[in-house]
Amino acid sequence: MAVGFISFAMFKFMGDPVENMLGQEATLADKAELEERLGLNDPIIVQYFRFLERALSGDFGVSYRAGLPVGELILDRLPATLELALLSGVIAISLGFVLGVYTAIRRDGIAAHFIMTASLVGVSLPTFLIGVFLIWLFAVNLGWLPAFGRGETRSLFGVDLAILTWNGFKSMILPAVTLGLYQMTLIMRLVRSEMLEVLRTDYIRFARARGLSQKTVNFGHAMKNTLVPVITVTGLQFGSIVAFAIITESVFQWPGVGLLFINAVSFVDIPVMSAYLLLVAVIFVTINLIVDLLYFTIDPRLSVSKN
Amino acid sequence: MTKTFLKLTAASLALCAGLSAANAETLRWARAGDSLTLDPHAQNEGPTHALAHQMYEPLLQRDMEAKIIPALATSWEPTEDPNVWEFKLREGVKFHGGQDFTADDVVFSLKRAMMPTSAMKELLASVKDVRKVDDLTVQIETTGPNPLLPNNLTNLFIMDADWTLENGCEAPQDIANGGDNPCVRSVNGTGAFVLDSRKQDSKTVLKQNENYWGKGEFPMEVTEIIYTPIQEGATRVAALLSGEVDLIQDVPVQDLARVGETDGLKLNTAPQNRTIFFGMNLGADDLTSDTVDGKNPLADKRVREAMNIAINRDAIKKVVMREQSAPTGVIMPPFVNGWTEALDAYPEYDVAKAKALMEEAGYGDGFGLTLNCPNDRYINDEAICQAAVGMLGQIGIKVNLDAKPKAQHFPLITNRETDFYMLGWGVPTFDSEYIFNFLVHTTDDKYGSWNGTGFSNADIDAKIKSLASETDAEVRNATIGEIWDTAKAETLYLPIHNQVLNWGMKDNVDFPVQPEDQPHFKFLTFKK
Repeated sequence: MAVGFISFAMFKFMGDPVENMLGQEATLADKAELEERLGLNDPIIVQYFRFLERALSGDFGVSYRAGLPVGELILDRLPATLELALLSGVIAISLGFVLGVYTAIRRDGIAAHFIMTASLVGVSLPTFLIGVFLIWLFAVNLGWLPAFGRGETRSLFGVDLAILTWNGFKSMILPAVTLGLYQMTLIMRLVRSEMLEVLRTDYIRFARARGLSQKTVNFGHAMKNTLVPVITVTGLQFGSIVAFAIITESVFQWPGVGLLFINAVSFVDIPVMSAYLLLVAVIFVTINLIVDLLYFTIDPRLSVSKN
Repeated sequence: MTKTFLKLTAASLALCAGLSAANAETLRWARAGDSLTLDPHAQNEGPTHALAHQMYEPLLQRDMEAKIIPALATSWEPTEDPNVWEFKLREGVKFHGGQDFTADDVVFSLKRAMMPTSAMKELLASVKDVRKVDDLTVQIETTGPNPLLPNNLTNLFIMDADWTLENGCEAPQDIANGGDNPCVRSVNGTGAFVLDSRKQDSKTVLKQNENYWGKGEFPMEVTEIIYTPIQEGATRVAALLSGEVDLIQDVPVQDLARVGETDGLKLNTAPQNRTIFFGMNLGADDLTSDTVDGKNPLADKRVREAMNIAINRDAIKKVVMREQSAPTGVIMPPFVNGWTEALDAYPEYDVAKAKALMEEAGYGDGFGLTLNCPNDRYINDEAICQAAVGMLGQIGIKVNLDAKPKAQHFPLITNRETDFYMLGWGVPTFDSEYIFNFLVHTTDDKYGSWNGTGFSNADIDAKIKSLASETDAEVRNATIGEIWDTAKAETLYLPIHNQVLNWGMKDNVDFPVQPEDQPHFKFLTFKK
């Protein structure tokens, strides 16, 4: 609700959709007429409640830009964004975890130092630059991977997915890496510091003293206890992967909701923008809920029944 | 034995080569924006028309040199009644769905384009009626004589009346009422290509129309078009460099050299139908954004002249545009009717003279002013404005630059909320009247919607109105000349340059740049 209202108040400052819709030949009378028909002259509150009333019945209106129902547009684009976010999330979590644990265990090794230094690049370079650099290297110079687009898709339960075809999977690699790089380095650094923290605790020393193998100590005892904070951050990060896919999607021309949103912004396509922001809010709330529920399965101490 | 074997191999190789040449020639095409809708009357926008032109056809169209050529009409001329034009239609044309093309379709389509929800209605504002004479003759009646009617028809596409009605889209889509119809998603035209599949912002595939009437008349070497919009300039160029696409429009200025120098790629260049200029609010008694109280410095012709000669157009071309522009002294590109070399000549850059003029006008100490500028509409728009700020600073005008996205910039002009602004103007009718109607005529409910200067001259207005119905070309052109002379003498606008179009493509593609930025792929040929 709050998200919706704030975004509605902001659309007013984004420009005039009528200008884009009518083209340069339009007369002032045409503009006034269209503004009236679209209800843009009504107070923001009225526009907002009209949107809310319709949205509750599942009708998000028609895109000013594409002329198609917004609900359909978003449902059509959502699989592309979600599969990209999932793949990059998987890359970020798995690599971040492995590297994090590795750098924690071998914290004085040369490789660990190298990884830590390289991770600074991942944290500090903007997504846009990373994307363009990867395209330059892998698409233009080496010619291994496509520079843009989603490749071929295959339908699964009526949803078109690129990851199911070889060609589509190849197209996903560069955007997924670009999108996941920041999260990966973040997770890696988090896992490393948590792990170092845990490794210093008494029960790890006792475990070692009991003569348990290094492997059991590191992975059975230490790693498991680093999970809770890592899951919190990872969960929140997944939300931002979906939300920040905007930049990656526009660099790689990935036809997801992020690209839809950025086009909507430049066209002042109010129905699409409001529906997108609502969707992002819903995704964040859902993810937070899932994360909270996950705590209980990972950390039995949090379980209510134990109390 | 070996010899026969070799011969056989050679023969089979030749056969293979012959086969592949006759086989599908796919062209992969990319540009920055995607078409907005497949409904041919729902948006009046370049990329939308560019895609529609491959599948739908107007009565007459502009070819790759922007000359008008027959499309669905074979001939057209005014009748004895000067208000009526008669069009003879092409015989034996079929729509993609197999329906015959007749006069009924033309009448239906033009009337559809005149409906309130159509984005094309302004181009037909002078049309009173469209009627069928016989199956292959149509008459268009205008409210007064309209010598330029054919120029207005080059983007008005003809749909099949029955198909459109069956699909329930007799009117162009009404976005306000949430209307959604099949004409936004599917195509039934007469054009050289048939829609195969489309995903917006992602990929559109077109296949050659096997039954196209123009086979033999046009090269028609492309059998399949794969169109992928790529918004990001760097990615678009990368796709061309890596060989993933064959042709790109909108090559970013900073990458031109790179595309031109790469083996296997080439760059085709042509002046674009778009002039970039600054407008000044010279009509108001006082400006809101300036530092002068009680009067309007821009109302003084000497100030405007000073600004005009203080702008170094050659420097903008060299530094900001990297040689990719044609500086000009008039707000009209060269192929527009009314253009002369004398008008195009731009004043010499002369700071001393400009300062003297400022002194003479009583603004020797200069003044402050806000310049409104778009930052995502024209090639290097914001950078041009920044350059102008520096140049005007030299004669004491302290310009405060306010650069905004186009969606926020253009309403400032149409709502008259800016005193000094950048605007670019293309001329779809290729005639000066179009420029006058929108940019020179006094603002009222039909004319002057983009004239943010506040310029108003009853004499000029009368002359502009007379152009619409003047059928004697000589008289008409003389009037056009007079209007331009006044506009130039008044320094009504500060012209900067005409934009230059660049298309990057593979060496084996033979395709000139079209001045409207509209590729018509039926003209494209491949080098053998």
